[in-house]
Amino acid sequence: MIYKIWMSVVKEFLLLKRDLGGLIILFVMPLVLVIAVTLIQDSTFKAVTDSKLQILLVDKDHGSVSKTVFENLEKSKYFTVVTQIDNKPITEKIAKENVYKGKFQLAIVIPENLSSDLQEKVNQNVEKIVSNLGLSDSTSTAEPQRVIKEKEVKLYFDPAVQMSFKNAVMSSIDKMISQIETKSIYSTFQKQLGEETIDFEQKNFITFKEIIPRINNKEVRPNSVQHNVPAWTLFAIFFIVIPLSINIVKEKSQGTFVRLRTNPVSNLVVIIGKTITYSIICMIQFYMMVAVAVFLFPSIGLPSLNIEGHFVLTSVVALFSGFAAIGFGILLGTVASTQEQSAPFGATSVIILAAIGGVWVPVFAMPKIMQYIAKSSPMNWGLEAFYDVLLRNSSFVEIIPQITLLFLFFIITTSIALFYDKKKRAV
Amino acid sequence: MYSLNNVSLNINEGQIFGLLGPNGAGKTTLISMLCGLVKPTSGHFTIDGLDYQHHASKIKKIIGVVPQEYALYPTLTARENLLYFGSMYGLKGSDLKDKVIETLDLLGLLKFADKQVQTFSGGMKRRVNLIAGILHNPKVLFLDEPTVGVDVHSKTAIIDYLKVLNQNGTTIIYTSHHLAEAEDFCSQIAILDQGQIYAQATPSALIESTKDARNLEDVFISLTGKALRDDI
Repeated sequence: MIYKIWMSVVKEFLLLKRDLGGLIILFVMPLVLVIAVTLIQDSTFKAVTDSKLQILLVDKDHGSVSKTVFENLEKSKYFTVVTQIDNKPITEKIAKENVYKGKFQLAIVIPENLSSDLQEKVNQNVEKIVSNLGLSDSTSTAEPQRVIKEKEVKLYFDPAVQMSFKNAVMSSIDKMISQIETKSIYSTFQKQLGEETIDFEQKNFITFKEIIPRINNKEVRPNSVQHNVPAWTLFAIFFIVIPLSINIVKEKSQGTFVRLRTNPVSNLVVIIGKTITYSIICMIQFYMMVAVAVFLFPSIGLPSLNIEGHFVLTSVVALFSGFAAIGFGILLGTVASTQEQSAPFGATSVIILAAIGGVWVPVFAMPKIMQYIAKSSPMNWGLEAFYDVLLRNSSFVEIIPQITLLFLFFIITTSIALFYDKKKRAV
Repeated sequence: MYSLNNVSLNINEGQIFGLLGPNGAGKTTLISMLCGLVKPTSGHFTIDGLDYQHHASKIKKIIGVVPQEYALYPTLTARENLLYFGSMYGLKGSDLKDKVIETLDLLGLLKFADKQVQTFSGGMKRRVNLIAGILHNPKVLFLDEPTVGVDVHSKTAIIDYLKVLNQNGTTIIYTSHHLAEAEDFCSQIAILDQGQIYAQATPSALIESTKDARNLEDVFISLTGKALRDDI
């Protein structure tokens, strides 16, 4: 039996060696994929941080608030404020048209009298408080107060911008306006109390600091490479489903499968031969991608993958992810009758598994139901195991649940394939 | 409607048994059953006293199968194909390598041993296809139209080699549409049509027992008629 398995492995390698298209799918495409995606994601990150996004500011207020908004935006690393187009001041209508046509991604419209109304509203509130405390003079309390309507700062977004970008911008503008309001309240209090010489501490009392995980006493700051390489390596490993299922379908269409059925050899031997071969392929793929991420990335301006101290564990995760992919490929190849069935189905299902597995969108950002579905994707088990090892500094014991699930997936899919084949075998 | 119905055959050791019949007669179905590829809905058969239900593995060790299609890996060389299929029969080491060289030589393919099968002509592929089924010296050899689509030289080489195998003790069961070839090659013939055996005897006995028959083709036409058997 060992010799039969060995000969099956030799045969599979010979078949792969002479299949240029298959070799490209197995080795070149994953490398191109991981380099391209990491470059794109890294440059997107840099685009946000390095180059400034032009935003339109329509100032109907012409007061201190709009001035502060303008100054804060200008000071920001992310934005350049545009107040004129073709040397003409921007109206709300022009801003809206330009943003909705995609010429600009964002327009901010500061409403009329925002500064004066804000100041008046704050004055009213402060006066009320001061009066209640019995600190005001009698004349000021007798004046009737004007009703001030709430003000709205309008934001126009290019419909093509992503929700995450919108949320980030809205959050920073919200923060900026809150700070202006707070400052205004403090100043008014000072005036009302007649204590203009006292300087209120206006800095935030509560601040936050991100604590970065440390491995070997060094901070491990996640970057696009640490996130992308495991994700896309896993994606590439799963793409083995396509050549493997095609390989099995070809055996059926070439008649070699029929010949093997008449030979004194069980299908299990054939499957073991394929599993060993494609596991080796998976590991070669993995090491190639790691080598590229460690050695090539720095020379093309990307951060290097930090795999220090994790080499063995990441190899274990890659191997078990490979098993899961192989099991799926064997099942697909066994059930499909033509390459036209197996190849598109294989490709589409890998993309679906990647999508629900969190390769593109993190699972925590998915709707509740999708989070449950994601937990059933082998791609998610593999990805979580990679992140556990590379980013969370987990030990072997901590990744046992994920690799067990991956191995169970392999056992179940392979068993179904063997059972299906046995049912089809007549005698 | 069944592909085969009420078929009863007794093939003796050492025979070259021809299964002849028009398209759709049930020849390939019968051979597929005997090779263990198709399960009969009813009935029973044994090969060398063994049945598939209890001794599938033992039967597979003593039979050789040469399917109608070229059941080979096109991108592997003839030698690589044969080493692989030989190893699946349990052959290994120098025994296997020597057997591959010997049979390739006997069928005139040794100098092409290291060429990929996809570059071979139809006749060459048929010969490699044959060798892949006989490397382990099977006791019983099943051949499904082993000479279809090949030139005269390849056909002669295949038939001559099969005769040698038979002389060395291999029982041969084969299907063919070449009636002249079957008449010359087979020691016993069964004519099958619509899933039933119409006649079974030696070629000469079949010819003698059929009125006005000069050869096996006349017998065949007499038994199966002249109607075309196209079916989808």
